[in-house]
Amino acid sequence: MSAIQPNIQPPVSEEMELVRRAKRGDDSAFEELVRRYDRNVFRIAQHITQNREDAEDVVQDAFLKAYGNLAQFQEQSKFYTWLVRIAVNEALMRLRRRRPERMVSLDEEVKTEDDSLPREVADWSPNPEQMYNQAELRDILTRTIQGLPPGFRTVFVLRDVEGLSTEETAQALELSIPAVKSRLLRARLQLRDRLSRYFQKRASGDGDK
Amino acid sequence: MKCAEFLNELTNYLDGALDDRTKSELEDHLAWCHNCYVVCDTTRKTIEIYRNSELYELPDDLRGRLQTAIMGKCSAHKEKKSGPQKA
Ligand SMILES: [Zn+2]
Repeated sequence: MSAIQPNIQPPVSEEMELVRRAKRGDDSAFEELVRRYDRNVFRIAQHITQNREDAEDVVQDAFLKAYGNLAQFQEQSKFYTWLVRIAVNEALMRLRRRRPERMVSLDEEVKTEDDSLPREVADWSPNPEQMYNQAELRDILTRTIQGLPPGFRTVFVLRDVEGLSTEETAQALELSIPAVKSRLLRARLQLRDRLSRYFQKRASGDGDK
Repeated sequence: MKCAEFLNELTNYLDGALDDRTKSELEDHLAWCHNCYVVCDTTRKTIEIYRNSELYELPDDLRGRLQTAIMGKCSAHKEKKSGPQKA
C-alpha cells in the first residue's frame, strides 16, 4: 500500500478514441468524458475555491469550455491533464473574485524560505484518524488545508489527492518541475506541521479521547 | 547528510524518485536521526490521510443535476454555433 498512486489511469488510446469522437460532434462521447472526470474536477475545484457553489460552477464551466475548445486540444497530452488545467484556471478566477483583497496566483508566496522546516517534531499516535470521529476529522482536515496558500494547496491536491504525476501537475499548472516539487514539499510539510497539533501522541493516562 | 539536506530530498524520497545511492544515504540518516524519521513518517501519514479522506465527494443527486446542466449547455452551444435551424 503505497501512498502515492494515480487515482485514475484508463488506457490512453481508448480515451483518445472518445476524444476524437467528441471532436467529430458525438455528444455521447463527450458525455462519457464528463462522467469519467466530473468527480475529480469537483474535488479539485472545491479544494481550490473552498466553496461549494463555486465548485459546482467550476465543474460546469470547465466542461463547457472543454467542449467549446475541443478542436484546440493537442493530442500529445492527456485529455484529463488538459481538463484539469482549464478547471484550475476557472477555480482560481472564482477565488480571486471572492477575495479580491488578496492577490491569488500560483506564483505568489514563494518568498517563504524556512518557514516550513519543522521546529518541534512530535510523534503522532499510531492511528491518528481513529482519535476523532468522522465529522471531527473532516473538520480538522478541511480547516487545515484551508490554511495553506492557494498555490500550495493546488499543487498538493493535484499531486497527492488526485495522483497526477509531477510532470502532469507541472503541465496542468504551467509551472516548472522544480517549482512543483518545491511547492509540494512545502505544502506537505506545512500540512504535517499543522496536523501535528491534533494527532500528537498524548501522554498516557491524560486522555478521555 | 544533514537534516536540511534530508528535508530537501523528502518529496523525492516519498515519491520513490531517487537513485539507489541517494536513497541509501537518506535511509542511513533516518536510522540515526529520530527527528527526520518522525517528519518522514508523519508526512507520509499526512498524505495518506488526505488521500483517503474523501473530503469532497460529489453526491449522486448533485452529480446528476450537474451532468444534465453540462450536456444541456453543450447542446445550446452547438446550436448557437451552427446557427438557428428551423424544422
Ligand atoms: Zn535529521
